[in-house]
Amino acid sequence: MEIPRHWRLKQQRYALVGEVCPHCDAKIFPPRDVCPECGGEAREAYNFSGKGEVYSFTRMGEGPAGFEEQAPYTVALVKLAEGPVVTAQLTDLGDTKVEIGMPVEMVTRRIRQDGDERGMIVYGYKFRPVMQG
Amino acid sequence: MKKNEGHEQTGIKPLIPDRKVGIIGYGAYVPRYRLPGTEVARIWTDGTSGSPVKEKAVAGLDEDVATMSIEAARNALARAGIAANELRAVWVGSESHPYAVKPTGTIVAEAIGAVPSIQAADFQFACKAGTEAIVAAIALVGSNMADYAMGIGMDIAQGRPGDSLEYTASSGGAAYILGPAEKSLAEIEAVYSYVTDTPDFWRRQEQKYPEHGQRFTGEPAYFKHITEAGKALMDALKMKPEDFAYGVFHQPNTKFPQRAGSLLGFKPEQTAVGLLSPVIGNTYAGASIIGLTAILDQAKPGERILLVSYGSGAGSDAFVIKVTEAITERQKLATLTADYIQRRTEIDYATYARYRGKLAMK
Ligand SMILES: [Zn+2]
Repeated sequence: MEIPRHWRLKQQRYALVGEVCPHCDAKIFPPRDVCPECGGEAREAYNFSGKGEVYSFTRMGEGPAGFEEQAPYTVALVKLAEGPVVTAQLTDLGDTKVEIGMPVEMVTRRIRQDGDERGMIVYGYKFRPVMQG
Repeated sequence: MKKNEGHEQTGIKPLIPDRKVGIIGYGAYVPRYRLPGTEVARIWTDGTSGSPVKEKAVAGLDEDVATMSIEAARNALARAGIAANELRAVWVGSESHPYAVKPTGTIVAEAIGAVPSIQAADFQFACKAGTEAIVAAIALVGSNMADYAMGIGMDIAQGRPGDSLEYTASSGGAAYILGPAEKSLAEIEAVYSYVTDTPDFWRRQEQKYPEHGQRFTGEPAYFKHITEAGKALMDALKMKPEDFAYGVFHQPNTKFPQRAGSLLGFKPEQTAVGLLSPVIGNTYAGASIIGLTAILDQAKPGERILLVSYGSGAGSDAFVIKVTEAITERQKLATLTADYIQRRTEIDYATYARYRGKLAMK
């Protein structure tokens, strides 16, 4: 059971909440309280826009434990508009062909369930092709 | 005992709060996948039966009422231009909440950043759970206890494989932020609800699929409640169908809302814009209010809208809504409903069966 961990991570997972460095204005994700750019202390919460682009990607034919039912799926390194790179699943691809540089946006989705269908549902960020409009 | 036929309709008192309330922001959500009615007919009737809708929207493997509500809520916030922590309630109406026990409202509120100083709860009233949540939000703002409250209607509807509902039971819905009328893009002028105990449709605890009482679904249920609620509210406000630019009604298929509109005296051109069921199916708790998003996306200041929901069991909520000057600048602040409808990937019955958990994995 990983309930305490899911609970602790919920804000960064649900809404891409990271941190901003008060010294050099670097945007930090995931939050780590220390700025990776200048080494200063950084604890102020920052809401990322959720916009980014595919930096690289790979197709998963089989998922690891907890993800089997979603396979096949695509995992990407997404470079966020604010700078940091995050690893996340791509979703809502439909017939879209994934390409490096493809603009994507964050959505909150079911990531997996903890154990079987009796366990808690884990929600978190994924990215999809940017919608028009 | 005096017969209570038709209930007393003259002199009804609509719900009108002391403090005027309006819609501050609204947002739709429709998932990407579409299952054509011809695909359902191909599997179950050798392609011989017609479908009550052209196609229905189907949620992906990683979607549920919480995730779809989160997206609609984010769209509503974008149009409202308020901070999420200004909301004092997040209420979600649905008949397909992801948990039997554990509120969807808390997940949505956390994801949009509205916690912790809020009311959060889930509403259940078949297809009018969403409008019931909106009425509660109107009351919270109208009583001056809160400035902003969110009501959502969202469903991932399940029809038993092969049942007539499988053609239409779809996924989607909308979120609304209610607030003071002077800041609104549309004022809620009045609300009236008409409710009776009518056994037209139900799902027992722990059953996966609903049952319907065939002969009860049309006249005594859907049409009766919608027309009573709509007529009573128009009468109370001394309004006529011609006073409305648009009418939008609960839409379990294509024909029911068309006929409900005509029974209430609305012309097809008044109801066409809000009629989405032909292309997205019946989104249950989302159905009438996602129709309203399509209307608001193109409405002009001063136009009036009559919305009447319907929930089995049974009841209807009728709303008279008047669009304000603020509409024009807020329409484009989030994804338009037409853009969600246009984003479309057709799937076959097998993919649908997988996406909606109709394959037994163990
Ligand atoms: Zn720094």
